[in-house]
Amino acid sequence: MAAEPVLVMQDICKSFPGVTALKDAQLRLFPGEVHAVMGQNGAGKSTLIKVLTGVETPDSGEILLNGRAIQPESVDAAQKLGISTVFQEVNLCPNLSVAENIFIGRFPMRGLAIDWKTIEREAQAALAALNIHVDVTRTLSEFPVAIQQMVAIARALSTEAQVLILDEPTSSLDEDEVERLFDALRELKRKNIAILFVTHFLDQTYAISDRITVLRNGEFVGEYPASELSRLELINAMVGREIDEAGYAAQDGESTSPHAERPFVSVQGLGASGRIHPIDLDIYRGQVLGLGGLLGSGRTETARLLFGIDRAESGTIAIDGAPVRLNSPRKAVRQGIAFCPEDRKTEGIVADLSIRENIILALQARRGIFRYLPRRVQSAMADQFIKQLGIRTPDAEKPIGQLSGGNQQKALLARWLATEPKMLILDEPTRGIDIAAKLEIMDLVKAQCRKGLAILFISSEMSEVLRVSDRIAVLRDRRKVGEIDGKAADEQSVFRMIAGAEA
Amino acid sequence: MNLAGTINTRTLPLLVTSALFALLFGFGSVSYDNFFSVQVFLNLLIDNAFVTVVAIGMTFVILTGGIDLSVGSIVALTTMVTAALVEQHHWSIWAVVPLVLTMGALFGLLMGSLIHYFRMQPFIVTLGGMFLARGLCYVISIDSIAITDPTYAAVSEYRIAFGEEAFLSVSAIIALLTLALAIFLAQYTRFGRTVYAIGGNERSALLMGLPVGRTKMLVYTLSGFCSALGGVLVTFYMLSGYGLHALGLEMDAIAAAVIGGTLLTGGVGYVAGSLVGVMILGVIQSLIAFDGSLSSWWTRIAIGVLLCSFCLMQRLLERGGTNLGFLFSYWKKPEEQADAVK
Repeated sequence: MAAEPVLVMQDICKSFPGVTALKDAQLRLFPGEVHAVMGQNGAGKSTLIKVLTGVETPDSGEILLNGRAIQPESVDAAQKLGISTVFQEVNLCPNLSVAENIFIGRFPMRGLAIDWKTIEREAQAALAALNIHVDVTRTLSEFPVAIQQMVAIARALSTEAQVLILDEPTSSLDEDEVERLFDALRELKRKNIAILFVTHFLDQTYAISDRITVLRNGEFVGEYPASELSRLELINAMVGREIDEAGYAAQDGESTSPHAERPFVSVQGLGASGRIHPIDLDIYRGQVLGLGGLLGSGRTETARLLFGIDRAESGTIAIDGAPVRLNSPRKAVRQGIAFCPEDRKTEGIVADLSIRENIILALQARRGIFRYLPRRVQSAMADQFIKQLGIRTPDAEKPIGQLSGGNQQKALLARWLATEPKMLILDEPTRGIDIAAKLEIMDLVKAQCRKGLAILFISSEMSEVLRVSDRIAVLRDRRKVGEIDGKAADEQSVFRMIAGAEA
Repeated sequence: MNLAGTINTRTLPLLVTSALFALLFGFGSVSYDNFFSVQVFLNLLIDNAFVTVVAIGMTFVILTGGIDLSVGSIVALTTMVTAALVEQHHWSIWAVVPLVLTMGALFGLLMGSLIHYFRMQPFIVTLGGMFLARGLCYVISIDSIAITDPTYAAVSEYRIAFGEEAFLSVSAIIALLTLALAIFLAQYTRFGRTVYAIGGNERSALLMGLPVGRTKMLVYTLSGFCSALGGVLVTFYMLSGYGLHALGLEMDAIAAAVIGGTLLTGGVGYVAGSLVGVMILGVIQSLIAFDGSLSSWWTRIAIGVLLCSFCLMQRLLERGGTNLGFLFSYWKKPEEQADAVK
């Protein structure tokens, strides 16, 4: 290493009530280097950035900027110290001009009036330094997200930043746009700016980073030069080689053979730019297809395309051999597809309604309001599901918000099972619930599958995917890289596939 | 800046509105004798001076994404206080006007503080303000109070001549001055740009370190001030104070702003557009007056139709705007795009 680090974070600890977000985290940023911070969900990346940018105050530990201890108290204060941040969603005003977005808050004045001429000239120059040549008087919203991202970077840099933090800047960009962003970053490296780059994409990490710091469960795993860390080593460092709880990882012996030779859903070349590269999937009745991959690899995106939430730009979907167009969730539901979304709290349960009402919701919606389910039928149904799925509650009339996460998830499962779907998409059904409940949910999934349901199972826990899936489609950086048999595979074989040929 | 660059989805509504005004005025000139004259045009300014001033304040509020329903009531309250002080207590006009202007601004500041500090909905807060101010009018008097003060009458009747046959009133001059100041405020000051930024994305505005809370309070203060100024202009126009003055003016002001191209969701629009909006409302009234056979309620019908079609136009432009974005491929060179297709 050529120089002294410009910024050092030492032994940073931060806990929130009930969780230790960071424990003795370390980070060193060198001028003229791109430093990637990698880690799974909940590894502490975002907390680390929040501490660095003054959004959160660390419980203990030191931040040294040019050898001097600092304590930024707000994003603004951090910026004044020379630490600028570009957040994941572009935090600019879409209705203002490009130039204005770069300078608002510190307009140069000429007497009482804003000096627009200077602003336009300097904005043009600031963007030119990033190799962007656009008409800065145009409204920001007229430009694609990548340009907006660049404008945000130009704004961050216009305050003489020494450290630039990019929090997942590429998550909504397509490949050309990412390349464009990287060009700009290389330009900044030449100007000796230290760049902290957070991303989920392995390829991008290796394409731009000089140094990689890995965090896991809030703890510092290690700092490595990017050239000396293989992909497989990186993945292993990120996920760790923890011993799973007893019986957690093992497949439960008996295999579920497909009930039909022909796939229920057959997807060919389904893709949308900026979401997922064209992907082929076959999902059979009576089988669980797992989607394996790291965070951001395109798991949820695939599910959303399949369910018609996002519009696919290419590819075909066939159900029982007949081509269909699934461009809205309604159409997908009519084809017998049900979707359990990732975010249980905001997209799933209606917390104030009772368990019964939550279970009945999707079925009633499908029947329409004119074919009201009699209360007696509703209660019978709710009771049946409560018994069948083992939802722990005194009765069906309790508001669902008062149940534990695992029981809420079971009730959601019941909601979709009540509509008697032919295929069920489960996006992270086990997130945020305890291990016993996880096992129960997975067993329920298997049980439903044996009844002939086709299931697409998504989870960021690879061991869970391995446990329930008959086949696993492996994704990396929004691309399907292969498919493995669920029984034969173990975590290492999946990770090797994710890491690709280089490992 | 070239012409093509100036015409975009932001300025188009304003251009359409201006064209519509020209069209309506042209229609009147062809259809009715004596319609086409400078004075008919200037009369639009004179008769609608107070609406213009109120609509300017309203435009700033709407630009932040808020709404101010209290403006009509503040106008009425201002006429009432002015009339009572001038007629019953024999105050000088020079003392009364600054007093009522301060009162209006404070009233707005109070509502703005409630909206900012307690995160209350602008709709509800200003609805409360509307009832409160209207109610206070009747505390002063249930009947109309005529203003007979000679200074007042003199200001009211004073006409500034342009050439031989055209003239403007003091009110119209004040309205035009207010407009000029407002345009400067919106386009060339930090306050004005912060107003636009808040309307565009309030969270971003906060993260960019802009004084969001202060600006929001100031915007309602400004609207309260403009309403009080509008109230003063009404007293010049009507020479009376009355609790029933300016009934429903808030709706006219909102309509003028929207027809003038301001988006109710905030962030988009021009203060000058609101003047054109007011003028369109005015010219429709003039047309109906010149016709003589139509009920004046036809004004409302015309405004209703216009308002809906303008909102529709803005929505279509918004959608068209995103489609247009694809036409301007900022960095995809043709060969790269060809690659992408493969």
